[in-house]
Amino acid sequence: MTDAAIIVTIGVGTYLLRLSFVGIIGTRPMPDWAMVPLRFVAPSVLAALVAPAVLLREGVIDLAPATNPRALAALVALLVAWKTKNVAAVIVAGMAVVWLLQAII
Amino acid sequence: MAQPPSPSRRGITDGAKSVAPLLLGVIPFGLVFGVVAAGSTVGPWLGGSTSVIMFAGAAQLATLQLIDAGAAGAVVIATALVINARHLMYSAALAPHFQEFPRGARFALPYIMTDQAFAVSIVRFGDVTDPLYKRRYFTGAALALWVTWQISTVTGIALGAQVPASWSLDFAIPLVFLVLLIPAIKSRADLVAAVVGGTIAVAASGAPYGLGLMIGAVSGVVAGIVTHRMAT
Repeated sequence: MTDAAIIVTIGVGTYLLRLSFVGIIGTRPMPDWAMVPLRFVAPSVLAALVAPAVLLREGVIDLAPATNPRALAALVALLVAWKTKNVAAVIVAGMAVVWLLQAII
Repeated sequence: MAQPPSPSRRGITDGAKSVAPLLLGVIPFGLVFGVVAAGSTVGPWLGGSTSVIMFAGAAQLATLQLIDAGAAGAVVIATALVINARHLMYSAALAPHFQEFPRGARFALPYIMTDQAFAVSIVRFGDVTDPLYKRRYFTGAALALWVTWQISTVTGIALGAQVPASWSLDFAIPLVFLVLLIPAIKSRADLVAAVVGGTIAVAASGAPYGLGLMIGAVSGVVAGIVTHRMAT
């Protein structure tokens, strides 16, 4: 499967998800068995995207600031995200910690 | 506390104005995505085109990340669609309002639906009754975001070509997801879903076909449902 085919398929699928009720299904309410799982998609997917990216180095859990500065930087970024919910502030804080650790270690 | 309906012609600017503060979060996200697309194996053109073809930031980032990691095509598609499944909820919530729109608008406007456009529209729609005003309000909010996203993506691609790898700018990706994660945790069940999703994704990171993210996400959803059931 080519990269372009993958991307177009996702594009069409995403449009159909958005169109679903407003264009096709109509105003019937969504049943609970569909609604309840959907509520948990955002927290679980986002955590599943973040955790491996910051905790793993070459496929192994590494929390040492000397070898994996991203773990500590992510912790700082998490606190900034909690306090400010500001995308730019979180990126600046997280990147600053990584750069600082890379410079001093 | 219904407000008097505003003249429908003000809808577009009202929508654009209400979404404006949220655009401050969209710009750095788009820049980061552009930088990632510039360095991706799919190349800047195809990577950047996802902003038009998908127009869904988190799914766009995950798609390029998975393709770069060599994940199987079907897994990339399934993962991206799971990430975007929340649009089903938005679509269901907006359906009673969109039902009053002409057919063309009902099929065209979902393309520019986003978390932000949904959030501001569903609040405003509670206060107004005029379908034309609603249609223009949604269009104004969603289109402002679409234009902002395209401009920041292209800018990011242009910048990305200049950024050396030693800057570790790819680390900005999990940082963006982190900012989205915090407001997504609104209950104890959400927290359980996040903790389980993250933990299992780490444990399953070596899974074949790039399935680790999907395994983590599904485990998180199941954990959230179980916690929710126990609480009610």
